[in-house]
Amino acid sequence: MALKGNLRDFSLSQLLNLIHLAKKSGTLFLEDSRVKAWLSFREGKLAYGKYGDEDNSLAAILYNARKLNANQFRALKERGNSMNDKELGLLLVNAGYVSQQEVLASLQEYLTTLVHRLYSWVEGTFYFDSEKMPPQDRINLRIGLDNLIIEGTRRLKEVEQLQDEIPSLDIALKFREQPDTDVRNLRLSKEEWRVVSFINPKNSLKQIAQALKMNDIEIRRVAYGLVQAGVVEMVRPEMTTPRPIIPGIPNATRQEQVSLVKRIIQRIRSL
Amino acid sequence: MQTVKMVVTGPFNAGKTAFIKTVSEIDVVSTERKITKESEKVKDTTTVAMDFGRITIDNDLVLYLFGTPGQRRFDFMWEILSEGMLGFIVMVDSCRPETFREARSILETFRAYAPTPYIVAANKQDRKEAWDLEDMRIALRLDSTVKLLPCVATDKESVKNILLELLYQILQEMENGAA
Repeated sequence: MALKGNLRDFSLSQLLNLIHLAKKSGTLFLEDSRVKAWLSFREGKLAYGKYGDEDNSLAAILYNARKLNANQFRALKERGNSMNDKELGLLLVNAGYVSQQEVLASLQEYLTTLVHRLYSWVEGTFYFDSEKMPPQDRINLRIGLDNLIIEGTRRLKEVEQLQDEIPSLDIALKFREQPDTDVRNLRLSKEEWRVVSFINPKNSLKQIAQALKMNDIEIRRVAYGLVQAGVVEMVRPEMTTPRPIIPGIPNATRQEQVSLVKRIIQRIRSL
Repeated sequence: MQTVKMVVTGPFNAGKTAFIKTVSEIDVVSTERKITKESEKVKDTTTVAMDFGRITIDNDLVLYLFGTPGQRRFDFMWEILSEGMLGFIVMVDSCRPETFREARSILETFRAYAPTPYIVAANKQDRKEAWDLEDMRIALRLDSTVKLLPCVATDKESVKNILLELLYQILQEMENGAA
């Protein structure tokens, strides 16, 4: 039941992928030696987040996004906590200070940036609490994690980790029959599109990299991002896929092999 | 006397030795050594060569269970151990997500040695900090066709269940191959 561990061993990208694929709701708490952060999810979508003690009130987010000026921000702060973010958002929209679109876009930008900052964490602990839901008094968004994962992976500097995930470039990619994500909503970079155009179980990553003049790290980064987003899966290139072999029992006919395995099954059952 | 073997593999401290000990009719021939590396001191000893258990099937047949050394620096042993195996079991500690990547890598390595049937056993499922199987499947990037079963390596019924599931799979592949 517990989802906890260390980011050194289980990266944020893997965690987001897990939350995305399992459509989890709850809050992911992250902590390194300096700061704590948390991200809240509803059905596998990012709803809310906070980084350390930073002011993440709607007023502060709109001010930082230059949707409110300093005077407006100060005036709102002076009013203290008389209204929550939802009420404040409604007030600002109704008063014509900002549009609903601007409020949502600013919040989305804040959360996206927060996740990207967390991507730089290679040390720290995590804990996912499925009981802790996104706060009701804040404006909750529904940000798909697929693009966040792809963008986060673009920023991954840990070459070693990529090499760990994709130790060999002799593997190939193939599109998943049932992608975990809505492919139409994916925003791919030009580089990723170039790789996508070569995806075929017959093409190894090494061949794709050669064709596109990409280095090992670039092709690994793109492949890892696409795999983590649930668009493609890694397979052995078709030409080199070993055919499944029947377990070998030397000097035995097929019938004898079957009989032998049945004897083992019977014995194990009786243990 | 005919002998067949299965291999029990997985990361360090996944429970391979316990698994074999639970069903072996002989004292497991275990070559354990005190752990000297500070980072690996989750337990006091570890298997440096292999565990070796035996189950007599009948007068003419013996099943051997081989456990691989968990630490990567002994991986030169793996290929030797995997030669001629009927199938293999990948043990994963459900409470230590930091070992999942290693488990995945070991699984790939063994599949490359011999693409025989295999199953993944999620060990220590009796502990409250154990990950859910479906979460583990995603984290281990296991295809839905790969059998991932709950396991408690110290429980005989649980170990029997894992062995039987692997044997059913072996049997199925033999029968499919014959078709």
